[in-house]
Amino acid sequence: MTASPQSVAPAGPPSGARPGTGRPQSLLARERRFGYLLIAPLIIVLLLITAYPLGYNIWNSFHHVDYLLPPLGSFAGLSNYSKLFTDHEFLPALVHTLGFTAVSVTVETVIGLSLALALNKPFRGRGIVRAAIFIPWAVPTVVSAELWRTMFDPQQGFVNFILTKLHLPLASTTWLDSTWTAWAAILIADAWRNTPFVAIVLLAGLQVIPSDIYEAARIDGANAWQQFRRLTLPLLKPALMVALIFRTLQSFLIFDVVYIMTGGGPGTSTNVLAYLNYHAFFYLFDYGYGGAVSVALVVVALVIATAYRRVFRTDEVMA
Amino acid sequence: MTAATEVAVRPRRRIAKAASPWQVARRTGFFALLAIFVIVSLFPFYWIVITSLKTPLEISAGTTSLLPGHITFSNYIDDFTQQDFIRPLLNSVLVAGCTMIVTVLLGALAGYALSRTSIRGKAMFFGFLLVANFFPVIAMVGPLFIVYRRLGLLDTYPGLIIADLIYTLPLATFLMSSYFSQIPRSLEEAAMVDGSTRLQTLRKIIVPVAMPGVFTTAILAFMLTWNDFLLALSFMTNPARYTAPVAIVSLGQSQYQTFYNLIDAAVVIISVPIALLVLFAQRRIVSGLTAGSFR
Repeated sequence: MTASPQSVAPAGPPSGARPGTGRPQSLLARERRFGYLLIAPLIIVLLLITAYPLGYNIWNSFHHVDYLLPPLGSFAGLSNYSKLFTDHEFLPALVHTLGFTAVSVTVETVIGLSLALALNKPFRGRGIVRAAIFIPWAVPTVVSAELWRTMFDPQQGFVNFILTKLHLPLASTTWLDSTWTAWAAILIADAWRNTPFVAIVLLAGLQVIPSDIYEAARIDGANAWQQFRRLTLPLLKPALMVALIFRTLQSFLIFDVVYIMTGGGPGTSTNVLAYLNYHAFFYLFDYGYGGAVSVALVVVALVIATAYRRVFRTDEVMA
Repeated sequence: MTAATEVAVRPRRRIAKAASPWQVARRTGFFALLAIFVIVSLFPFYWIVITSLKTPLEISAGTTSLLPGHITFSNYIDDFTQQDFIRPLLNSVLVAGCTMIVTVLLGALAGYALSRTSIRGKAMFFGFLLVANFFPVIAMVGPLFIVYRRLGLLDTYPGLIIADLIYTLPLATFLMSSYFSQIPRSLEEAAMVDGSTRLQTLRKIIVPVAMPGVFTTAILAFMLTWNDFLLALSFMTNPARYTAPVAIVSLGQSQYQTFYNLIDAAVVIISVPIALLVLFAQRRIVSGLTAGSFR
């Protein structure tokens, strides 16, 4: 891709040298060259920080690049990849990640949709309410993670405090110290921050639906549920797909919240793929194995990006 | 005229009164639901604010009340003096600010090329931007760490800024190209006829008209970079170069206790600018975000 500006460059000077005969063509060529010049810095930077690391990861994944076990660089064949299926780390992390993605995306979509429907109705003070609800999305993930770590802390937390006051069970739970309660805490921290994103995207989708079709439906005797099922949902589909695909990818790559709240623990019971990958690089110093995990993550991301493109192509056909 | 409005309004009022028990219930339910959403969104902030105002003694004693006890700002003072939190804060501002500037610059140039020039392979460029937008950041971290160490870019601002561009550049380019394509072509052609060069036209005609797009892009770029944790965690190994999010995680940890008062004071500090940004530029942020994600 970086070659394209250069490949055009030779075509420029000859046509530019004969301004009399090839004028329109030379103008076009010059304009093109200018365009490539403008886009080149962006493409170069993005290739440097995506394609180059990807290539490096692929190379590493087929070699022994374990900084704790030199020599580095001998050919490893598929051993780094076969390790993914035999090391008792990757597969559990994969299962955790898939489970978390399914649950978090479902929860966030359901709540986000109801939020968007509520915020789509006109009422006094809507702007303030909307801002209040969007603030959790805008703050850094570190904030959401630290904030919910405080909330769930047995000493400082609100959760155990209120459970005790109301004489409810689980009041003496140390939430982050056992598997299922730790997952619940992670899920809540993640949903608290990301549900507003789903709501923002769905609200934008709702606002482009013309209101007169509801008028027509009402005259035809459709009740509220029928209007939602037959009008809102189908027309909201593009926005719904955007929210679903973005959230699926982000959930699949969850890192910050797990790093801060549980560190993958207790044991490795909340380990997820991104955390496993970070661990491979910065604790095990095994860049071959880490490279294999990275490559696997890129493949998944590419699949999701392709799905996204396909959805939008079909929408363009419909529109 | 008043009579006419009377007539128009009266029947509607009567209907509202007839249906009132059901409608009142629905309205109450609706506002109760909204109230729950608002409380769930904002209550955790209240909680960290009161935790950040507690004395270390109160922290050791545990939570006994929903209300703050002795309000003290000593944690904020501690964060800035003993914990030296001002440094990571400045690092964050510097990194996010520089990333924002580079993003607007590169994004505007590329967005212009994609929307206003007749370069070939636009679909391919947009496809690549989409893939870059979906690229897992964790997959950059290992190789870039090795390369940065070799090039001496670890613990440097440029190193982190270059990596941070992954968060901002694809979105910025989508946004800028859609802003540029809304500007009427005739405006540009008139300037060209007057003999200005392409770059002059861009600077004098296009950029001023595209200023709202530039603002939106800048705000989003700043927010996205301000939020980064993973890249700073990976490439800033020297505490003097930590950004605020990384510093918070290592703040207030001792072997025996987590000092939530110190952590939460810092959490409040880094949330306030973002909360203000959302309150004042909500419309811009939301429109930028949705325009970017619908590309």
